[in-house]
Amino acid sequence: MATALRPDPTFYPNPRLAAKAPPETFAYVVAFDPNRQLPDRLAVVDVDPASPSYGRILHEAEASTVGDEFHHFGWNACSSHLCPNAPHPHVERRYLIVPGLRSSRIHVYDTKPDPRAPRLVHVVQPEEIAERAGYSRPHTVHCGPEGIYVSALGNGNGKGPGGVFLMDPESFSVLGRWEIDRGPQYFAYDFWWHLGHDTMVTSEWGTPDMVEDGLVPELILGAKYGRRLHFFDLHKRRHLQEIDFGETYQLVFELRPAHDPTKAYGFVNCVLSLEDLSSSIWLWHRADGKWAVEKVITIPAEPADPDLLPPVLKPFEAVPPLVTDIDLSVDDRFLYVSCWGTGQFLQYDVADPAHPKLTGELRIGGIARRTAHPADPSRPLNGGPQMVEVSRDGRRIYFTNSLYGAVDPQFYPDGIEGWMVKVEADPAGGMRFDPRFFLRWPGPHRPHQIRLEGGDASSDSYCYPS
Amino acid sequence: MSGALAPWLVVAGLGAFHGLNPAMGWLFAVALGLHRGSARVVAWAMAPIALGHALSVAATLLLFLALGTVLELALLRRLAGACLLAWALWVLRRGHPRRVRVGMTTGAAGLLLWSFTMATAHGAGLMLLPALVPICFAGSHLPHLATTSARAFLVVLVHSGAMLATTAAVAFLVYRVLGVAILRRAWINLDLLWASALVAAGLWLLLA
Repeated sequence: MATALRPDPTFYPNPRLAAKAPPETFAYVVAFDPNRQLPDRLAVVDVDPASPSYGRILHEAEASTVGDEFHHFGWNACSSHLCPNAPHPHVERRYLIVPGLRSSRIHVYDTKPDPRAPRLVHVVQPEEIAERAGYSRPHTVHCGPEGIYVSALGNGNGKGPGGVFLMDPESFSVLGRWEIDRGPQYFAYDFWWHLGHDTMVTSEWGTPDMVEDGLVPELILGAKYGRRLHFFDLHKRRHLQEIDFGETYQLVFELRPAHDPTKAYGFVNCVLSLEDLSSSIWLWHRADGKWAVEKVITIPAEPADPDLLPPVLKPFEAVPPLVTDIDLSVDDRFLYVSCWGTGQFLQYDVADPAHPKLTGELRIGGIARRTAHPADPSRPLNGGPQMVEVSRDGRRIYFTNSLYGAVDPQFYPDGIEGWMVKVEADPAGGMRFDPRFFLRWPGPHRPHQIRLEGGDASSDSYCYPS
Repeated sequence: MSGALAPWLVVAGLGAFHGLNPAMGWLFAVALGLHRGSARVVAWAMAPIALGHALSVAATLLLFLALGTVLELALLRRLAGACLLAWALWVLRRGHPRRVRVGMTTGAAGLLLWSFTMATAHGAGLMLLPALVPICFAGSHLPHLATTSARAFLVVLVHSGAMLATTAAVAFLVYRVLGVAILRRAWINLDLLWASALVAAGLWLLLA
């Protein structure tokens, strides 16, 4: 399984070299059946503008079971394997590790010999995860220095605490719980790291019983969902510091640390402010020898006619932006922000990370507006910008419109019809929809996370500064 | 025999071979230099890297010599040969994920520990045993540990000196001239070559 002679050609020592990678020609997209009657799928989408099937699904590989809820997936190996302290440069980036958030099964797809037709080669059963790691509800996957890291919302019994566990990048066996000392950390959601600062960062959602039937309004209003960041020593695996955003803030989600390993900062989105329904982006950084956070972007709720709103929002007469995903370009220059509620898709210049500048705004879908895509201007769309992925050179951005099976109907009661779109970014700032790329997803499946051929802005971490 | 040049050339040659391997330290030194933005850091990293390597090799050699005070040389050679073959197999079969204890913020002690661990895991000291035999076991009698230790100390010195020189040369070449982009082209898979060296050393001990 090792590459014969040289490192895997998709491994790059630093972000600057990764940004010179050839453009992706296809993308992997997971899609789940919200009715849990058909197997979820790993789809291959043609993203080569020169191809006759551009913007269409080339292939779909089915799960072995139903009801998995494919979610955030990742590679078995990536650029971090070039790290000098834990070098494994000849492991191949070859397998896609696809967690079933609801079933706790993990499907492993082999992208060789034909990368456009991945094959299911292994299924990790929930029992193995529960017995060896004491976790369930796998959520996010990252390849890293000690193998495959997977976050999990729940413990082996479906309660708390959630955390992170390790898998072998070649045999896919579950190696065990990652944390040696979790400190006060209880909720889990996303995680990533600063390889140059030996630090892991984790964020919070809730335990399985708090999320699997949808968001519980009483828990939100009581600020009972996750609202903290946790910082761990990446190698000692010990909890170092907790930062509580306070009782106003709920759902601290996607972690996007700077790709340059010498930079000790990153961005995280907070979905909801209980004060005014706004979403916010926070910067974490080093200050006085500790980690600190500051709010650097606030995205306000938009007033709306209650008749256009789902029951949960009618009393507020407003649409919350619901920023549910963000992504940072590989050169750490632009931050992309998905507003799943209002249907905004925002681009910020974050060259000065403490003072982001809005450089682009698009609209598509949205709870009240239902904005159409330029390719089909007369067709209102539901769902909104959600899982977003940025190409390594930062020129192309792709996103899909579904959030989570149990939460989708709370905000889009008419049922989300899936779509995937592509945005072209100007290197100087600004962006536009590619009118040729509007993929209406074949129902009943809904698309979720996207991974690009060879790597993308949220799959690889680097050990060498640019 | 102990005065012959050949075993010393092997000792030094293996030092250069170990120094060339990115997993033995030059790459870590380059990364630390890039992180901290200073060529002096690359130089600073040399001492703990070389010392960790030297300590690992010295420990292996001392263990061998200690056994040499109680075992017949013929038996000792067979034992060491079998050990080398087993290590070669392990190097090839052990798989990739391993516990990582030392990261980019490490100080000198962490770097020394890392170098010691990497050299030990790769069987760096074992690879020197065939050269140690003619240097330390000149006669057929069981030698004193004191005399052999002095010679073994010289072996460690020569080996680690060559390893340090190579590590420093490659580290500065990559840091100053080539850049880390070279990793994508030139980082060849050394596992097979490394295991072959262990096998060759093992077979020599068993058969020569």
